[in-house]
Amino acid sequence: MNGMSYSFALNGTHCLALPSGALFVPSENLLCVSDLHMAKSERVARRRGLMLPPYETRATLDRLAQDIEAAKPTCVVALGDSFDDLAASEALDPEDRARLIALQDGRRWVWIEGNHDAGPNDHGGEGCHSLSAGGLTFRHIADAASEPGEVSGHYHPKYGLPGFAERRRCFVVDGRRLILPAYGTYTGGLDAREPVLRHLFADKALAVLTGARAMPVPLPPAREHSRRA
Amino acid sequence: MTLPARLAPFFARRGWALHRHQAEMLDRSDEPALLLIAPTGAGKTLSGFLPTIAELAEAPRSGLHTLYVSPLKALATDIKRNLLTPVEELGLPIRIEDRTGDTSQAARKRQRVDPPHILLTTPESLALLLSYEDAPKIFEGLSRIVVDEIHALAESKRGDQLFLSLSRLEAIAPGLRRVGLSATVDNPQEIAQLLARNPQPCAILHADPGEEPDLSMLDAGRAPPWAGGAALHAIPAVLEEVKRHKTTLIFHNTRAQAEVFFHNLWLQNDDGLPIAIHHGSLSREQRQAVEAAMLRGDLKAIVCTGTLDLGIDWGDVDLVIQMGGPKYVKRLVQRIGRANHRAGVPSKAILVPANRFEVLECTCAIAAARLGDLDGTPRGPGPLDVLCQHILIRACAGPFAADDLYAEVRTVGGYASLSRAAFDDCLEFCATGGYALRAYDRWKRLMLRDGFWQLRDPRAAKRIRMNIGTIEDTGSLNVRLRSGAHLGEIEEYFASTLTPGDTFLIGGQVVRFESLREMTVEVTRRRDANPRVASFGGGKFPTSVALTHRILDLLQQSDWPELPRHTAEWLNLQRRFSKLPEADRMLVETFEAEERWHAAFWGFAGWNAHQTLGLLLTHRMEQRGLDPLGFVATDYALLITGLREVEDPASLLDPRDIREGFETWLQGNAVMKRTFRGVATIAGLIEKNLPGQRKTGRQATFSTDILYDTLVKYDPDHLLLRVTREQAQHGLVDFGRIEEMLSRIQGRVDHVRAKRVTPLAAPLLLERGRVPVAGAARERLMAEQAARLLEEAGIEAL
Repeated sequence: MNGMSYSFALNGTHCLALPSGALFVPSENLLCVSDLHMAKSERVARRRGLMLPPYETRATLDRLAQDIEAAKPTCVVALGDSFDDLAASEALDPEDRARLIALQDGRRWVWIEGNHDAGPNDHGGEGCHSLSAGGLTFRHIADAASEPGEVSGHYHPKYGLPGFAERRRCFVVDGRRLILPAYGTYTGGLDAREPVLRHLFADKALAVLTGARAMPVPLPPAREHSRRA
Repeated sequence: MTLPARLAPFFARRGWALHRHQAEMLDRSDEPALLLIAPTGAGKTLSGFLPTIAELAEAPRSGLHTLYVSPLKALATDIKRNLLTPVEELGLPIRIEDRTGDTSQAARKRQRVDPPHILLTTPESLALLLSYEDAPKIFEGLSRIVVDEIHALAESKRGDQLFLSLSRLEAIAPGLRRVGLSATVDNPQEIAQLLARNPQPCAILHADPGEEPDLSMLDAGRAPPWAGGAALHAIPAVLEEVKRHKTTLIFHNTRAQAEVFFHNLWLQNDDGLPIAIHHGSLSREQRQAVEAAMLRGDLKAIVCTGTLDLGIDWGDVDLVIQMGGPKYVKRLVQRIGRANHRAGVPSKAILVPANRFEVLECTCAIAAARLGDLDGTPRGPGPLDVLCQHILIRACAGPFAADDLYAEVRTVGGYASLSRAAFDDCLEFCATGGYALRAYDRWKRLMLRDGFWQLRDPRAAKRIRMNIGTIEDTGSLNVRLRSGAHLGEIEEYFASTLTPGDTFLIGGQVVRFESLREMTVEVTRRRDANPRVASFGGGKFPTSVALTHRILDLLQQSDWPELPRHTAEWLNLQRRFSKLPEADRMLVETFEAEERWHAAFWGFAGWNAHQTLGLLLTHRMEQRGLDPLGFVATDYALLITGLREVEDPASLLDPRDIREGFETWLQGNAVMKRTFRGVATIAGLIEKNLPGQRKTGRQATFSTDILYDTLVKYDPDHLLLRVTREQAQHGLVDFGRIEEMLSRIQGRVDHVRAKRVTPLAAPLLLERGRVPVAGAARERLMAEQAARLLEEAGIEAL
């Protein structure tokens, strides 16, 4: 991976936060992406009757294919909420599905269950609740009482540089714990300073913004923001 | 026709006589469509209602007789009060009610079952009523519709929505008579065509225009500053005028300018004159308090913006002050009408130029207003995003046949030339999203059953109803005191640039930013000498084409006896050291100043178009390695700053390159995304309001920018992208004005390479709001900032 990534240690394991929002663990040759929310447009159409552009799965897979092409991982971990719900997973466009299956060729592919897609899917790979690899534990929702070295998703963190209006998807990390940004094209975000998310981390924590390059920025301590809950 | 006998006592008791136009409105009340053009205060609204009151007094009946639609909720409430007086005094069997967003749920339900004789409402509330399945029952006996302030509605999509609603009403109640009430405008015929059922004609009545207004430019005792828009130099003179008059309205072009002026006015208001502030970003409570104080006669002046262009008649206003260039002669004339319109006294208005260029603009605007030479922007055809919403609203009311709806829509002036293909595109978009590469088969929004279109899921009607309307949401956030009081709104963008401890102005108060919680900006009161000024949304108006041409003509005079000496001398200097801009050529001046190269493009195409031109030209310059750093736009010129001189400006202005830049590169720019956001919301691609929505902000929404980028990449010919490009011809992007400029100059570019900054360009160097060139440089700035923060936080590595 080139100099555009941010290199850090999580519980002693060397990690790279890629500008795309994916995580690469060199020792395991493992690529991790979270909250793909594939087929979200299908669920929105079914439940709310809105006809969003039905191209988000294609767009998400396009970016994932690029990351896989560049990193050539032997293992890909999808960290939960890979599908917007199980019905959406079943209704996946055949072309998108073929693409997804092709990406799994020649590597291990792990679907971690999320709250949106609890249960098995039939898009190849293996499913599980959590996974341990290279001193790290991969699960969908952070466990406040977890052992160090936890990697999770779920919160879709976002943050911006003070003085710049733009907010970007970001990783949040403090050396013990890491939360990944949402990788899916149609995903909103939660401000990384929100107590529910910020409280999971030590005072000294970083947001690593995605974009043209992965950009680390310190987050303000939790206290400042939670004084008046 | 004379006054009906039953109404005579009411008029007699007040010593009133019918105005000529009021009598004519009664005489011609059978016309299918009738447009009254009258200045403010000519008893316009009463003219609209007299025939209704006469008819109901002569022949009492039950059911809805007349629908009154105005752009302002407050106007509906105020008019109800005014109409109730004669009705109650004369004991007429007429029930009058209003129905707006503020009407209680219970009252609304009752109105649907048992409508009043006269219902006062807004375009949005009318569209909502038409979305109910019982709409035909509510409106079946409707006899007249009165559209108040139609000139204001006709300028926006709210008007397009209203006119589409009229076509629906006509289908329910054939033979419905339409009445429009308008202020003085440049294009009565155009408005008449919007009002009438196409292709029927529409009669136009002109009321007596009244006395010639008394117009002048303020003599502040000194020259205005070179640049800026706050006109703070004029405060002492403005206070003097306020003192000399009974009640003064002080109009500003933007909310931010009004805030700055008001703040500084109070710092100099040694006599403690009661002066308040009123604009669209202040909380409703605050605005109502100001309006009430005004009605009681407690105020000497109100610092305000366009929100007071319309609305309740304040008879006691005897002076209107226009701060800054008026941008549109038409708007100036309408504003002037806010003063002294009761008796036969001329309206009085004073224009206050905020800088040297505005001296030219004010001079030209006064000349045009005296001649009654009004300007307008020609209307394009009815926008398709509004039509999409109309189709969804129609579907909420029940199944419909496409042929019927198409025929109905074609009776609307703005949609008279709508092709069947375009209509079908809109219908297809509503039904399936209209995507080229992938179709929703199972979960369509509209289904065709037995030849009739209907909602697949009837529950969708509730959500569609919650999102009716075309008023653009600028993405603003509420501002609240910690103690809970609501102060108003600021732009989301501005809010995101605040850090705790920053102070800014809102409603004339200095407040300190404490925190951003969910969708609310929390502040505390604070004294601070140098607060920032919030941005409030509601973009700048560019100066009109006609007024711009007047300014160009003025510049070509051999001398300027009508201008103040300081301004005439300034123009003479420019003539000596460079050239004065001409309408059919483009003057480009390049010079070095402050260790940077500058290029001033005198496009005279208005602020928005110059902003867009700035984006396009700097992009081209970056491609050519000319190292542009940024640009600043005004209504008259674009100033680009860079590390190297622009040696061949004519080649930058090649129309093919500029058009290609618009078609390709600009499509990815934020201005296009902002245009798309409005289109997508109105057309119903997304829903802003959801039932039972809790504002947790959490993962709930993602921005329409993502949808835009996705469409551009995967479905570039999608209906909503076509609509977005069409709308970019006007408004924020205003590419139509760039085209107007290109066709004027026809490639004739005069390049003046000046030794130093030219007199005309000097003010441009002082203008604020420089736009940095996006791209690599910005990314680098962010990285530097991030590194600095890391160092401060003492975090080196994890």
